[in-house]
Amino acid sequence: MEYSYAFLILLLPFLSFLVLGLCGMKMKKPVAGLIGTIMLGSLFAMSLYTAYEYFFVIGRDAATGLYPTVTVFNFTWLKFTELLTFNIGFRLTPISVMMLIVITTVSFMVHIYSFGYMAERDDKYKFEEYEHGFQRFYAYLSLFTMSMLGLVVATNIFQMYMFWELVGVCSYLLIGFYYPKHSAVHASKKAFIVTRFADLFFLIGILFFSYYVGTFNYDMNANPELIGKLASVAAKYSWLLPSALFLMFIGGAGKSAMFPLHIWLPDAMEGPTPVSALIHAATMVVAGVYQVASLFPIWVQYAPNQLHWIAYIAAFTSFYAAAVACCQSDIKRGLAFSTISQIAYMLVALGVSCAIDNHEGGLGYMAGMFHLFTHAMFKALLFLCSGAIIVIIGSNFKQYMGGLHKYMPITNICFLIGCIAISGVWPLAGFFSKDEIVSACFEFSPFMGWFMTLVSGMTAFYMFRLYYVIFWGQSYYELDPENRKKPGEVPFVMWGPLVFLAIVSIFAGWIPFGHFVSATGQSMEIGLQHFEFTSVAWFSLLAAAIGIGLATWMYLPKNNPVPDMLAKKMPRLHKAALNRFYIDDAWQFFTHKIVFGCFSKPIAWFDRHVIDGTFNFMAWGAQEAGETIRPWQSGDVRSYAAWFLTGTVALTLILLCILS
Amino acid sequence: MNIPVEYFIALSTLLFFIGVFGFVTRRNLVAMLISIELILNSVDINFAVFNRILFPAQFEGFFFTLFSIGVSAAETAVALAIIINVYRNYHSDQVNSIENMKF
Amino acid sequence: MANLVMFCILAVVILGSAVMCVITKRIIRAATFLLFVLFGVAGIYFLLDYTYLGAAQISVYAGGITVMYIFAIQLVSKRSLQGLIERVKGSRVISGLLLSLVGLATVGVVLIKNNFINAAAQVTDTEVPMDQIGTALLGSGKYQYVLPFEFISVFLLACIIGGIMIARKEDKK
Repeated sequence: MEYSYAFLILLLPFLSFLVLGLCGMKMKKPVAGLIGTIMLGSLFAMSLYTAYEYFFVIGRDAATGLYPTVTVFNFTWLKFTELLTFNIGFRLTPISVMMLIVITTVSFMVHIYSFGYMAERDDKYKFEEYEHGFQRFYAYLSLFTMSMLGLVVATNIFQMYMFWELVGVCSYLLIGFYYPKHSAVHASKKAFIVTRFADLFFLIGILFFSYYVGTFNYDMNANPELIGKLASVAAKYSWLLPSALFLMFIGGAGKSAMFPLHIWLPDAMEGPTPVSALIHAATMVVAGVYQVASLFPIWVQYAPNQLHWIAYIAAFTSFYAAAVACCQSDIKRGLAFSTISQIAYMLVALGVSCAIDNHEGGLGYMAGMFHLFTHAMFKALLFLCSGAIIVIIGSNFKQYMGGLHKYMPITNICFLIGCIAISGVWPLAGFFSKDEIVSACFEFSPFMGWFMTLVSGMTAFYMFRLYYVIFWGQSYYELDPENRKKPGEVPFVMWGPLVFLAIVSIFAGWIPFGHFVSATGQSMEIGLQHFEFTSVAWFSLLAAAIGIGLATWMYLPKNNPVPDMLAKKMPRLHKAALNRFYIDDAWQFFTHKIVFGCFSKPIAWFDRHVIDGTFNFMAWGAQEAGETIRPWQSGDVRSYAAWFLTGTVALTLILLCILS
Repeated sequence: MNIPVEYFIALSTLLFFIGVFGFVTRRNLVAMLISIELILNSVDINFAVFNRILFPAQFEGFFFTLFSIGVSAAETAVALAIIINVYRNYHSDQVNSIENMKF
Repeated sequence: MANLVMFCILAVVILGSAVMCVITKRIIRAATFLLFVLFGVAGIYFLLDYTYLGAAQISVYAGGITVMYIFAIQLVSKRSLQGLIERVKGSRVISGLLLSLVGLATVGVVLIKNNFINAAAQVTDTEVPMDQIGTALLGSGKYQYVLPFEFISVFLLACIIGGIMIARKEDKK
């Protein structure tokens, strides 16, 4: 069998988690880190080899012309009924192989980077009291890697759900990694509760789907009988498949931070920066996108209108997130909103696809996946750069930064490359993927196309604002050189991954993605890669240029009064954007006043007084009975004799009555 | 012998329950013992009467009563020794002063 | 006829003394009434032609046990001897009375319902001969009582020793 090593891809990180989790504290820190990193390096090699095998060696199936869906193993774990079984398996399709590469690459870089980020360095960075647990960090990273890998290779929707939940747990553990910090605990709870709430809808969707269709499998290539089942169900109940799929999408919306379930992602930045890079930029948050992409054939055939709803929601989310990102002063929060915006881009791309023809509407699928790939790379790069800056400066806030291009040259170049990539400037990666998305939007409707172009312009603006504010402008250190720490460059173990990811960001755009991943499975050419610039491409380049130019004019010079003037002219708008348009407060109101007040309090009262009251009453009764019986043991012999005689007389009377 | 057996038995029953009443009512330890003696005596009468009137050819009841008298004597001796010991420790001859086994 | 008269007199003596015994508040009077009861019971035995039993009753019970009681009372109940009386709780009396009456009623019912065989007509009105008693007491055949006899001698010894052990004064070490 070609992929007989495949089970190692799931087993190795799990073993690493067990070893590091159980014995980690007994190991020295570098040993634990090395175990995690070496294991992940081998996973990286395995996934590259798998991709090579899948795409090049085995290649397309001769008969259908598609890349075959390979189920490496699929064994039954639970049998719910005769037909409905819960399997655990390993399935390779073009997008799952792509996700394997993305996950292992970013995870590997994060593992190497964390050596520097999580380690103790007394000279350059003072450790806070809560920043301990190096081995625990690597254990959690291994668990997360395993969960994410299990999610993308799922053979059925239930396995995906199971690993979905596992990923949520890992996110909770890692966001709340600095558990002595109150804000971190609060953020991890918020993340878990919001995603769990969304997952409820996912579960209901799965239940609907499996009950009526009769199976958990969703891949029509691997399970041909599914085609017939879906057709018959759709004929009988026309409402079923759209509602089930949309419910499942709500779960995905929670994980991928779509409006209004996006509230957890900015707060999730409380976790260590490598975690933000891995989980909240590259892998976990694209789980929702991956879910829609996996179920894409069913969406397009049976729920095309709901697909467009996804596009509308995602478009609004990307605009909202871009607007908020323009005003953030915490660099990680700015990047978090940027992530929300870009994931919304991917979902828009999927949402505007309306047919499974590569050029008549199928472009969005390929574009969305391509953007997922490139975004993972450059967003991880941006987060890791910001982690380097945070480690050197000691704070997340931009007021302590400025003018760092003199002191941190490598980080400067890498961050710049990341910003250019995300702004969609040729020839870096973001240009190709983003413009394919915008082209797909124009095919769908011109309004959507112009809207997304506007958002891409805003993206360029706020990313370059962030870049200039950190690396140019007035240096915080130079204002008071004696009392403030002089910034320096980070060590090799941290800038090595940055450089690697920067190189990938530069060249990833030239990968002929359409050959490998496309809506119909047939190979498609990406025109832009062949220098066929359409008008869409020119417009988006123009939008990027305007955004960059505006940011440069406003933020590059030192002490430009224009930003503050703008903020003063529109104080309420500025404040609203800073507070994320008060969505968090709305959710707080909803949970505290409505859910807690109207549901939880009465139920809690009932539990405490009725249920506990019953048992308290029984205990009280038993005790009272005991207290009543207790005086019978009076120590007085006469009473004992009297009772004895009474009993004898009574017995005699009873016997008399019975016998006579 | 023309006294019906029922008369004797009625006598011993009355004596028995007078003894029970005395046992349950009196507080003095020695008085309780005296009530017990009454009970024992009533039982002795019963045995003697049954033997003599119902089974005159045999002697079981006779000897039972004889031995019962002997045993009563021994038991009274030991009981009085105990009462003397109790009096030494509790300095009271009331039965409700011995309440260590109270709840 | 004479037996009946004798029986009635003895019954009155016994029951009257017993009632006085349990009612009286002074303990020495209770002991005296006990003595009367014991004499009455001995009289019953004589009435039944069990002369040996009656003699045993007088010598052991009336003679030995009553004296023991008097001694014990003098050792224990100083206050009673000095004329202080014992108060009896009312509720206790009522409950004791009730219990006794109910028990009496029960036994009475059983008695009435029962038919006693009356084989006394065959026996002559003489006392039990002494040699028969002696042979039975010390014989080892069936229906003979040497074993209880020996046992009771050991038993009496044990009780004597036990009584001494319990009631002796502890040496102060």
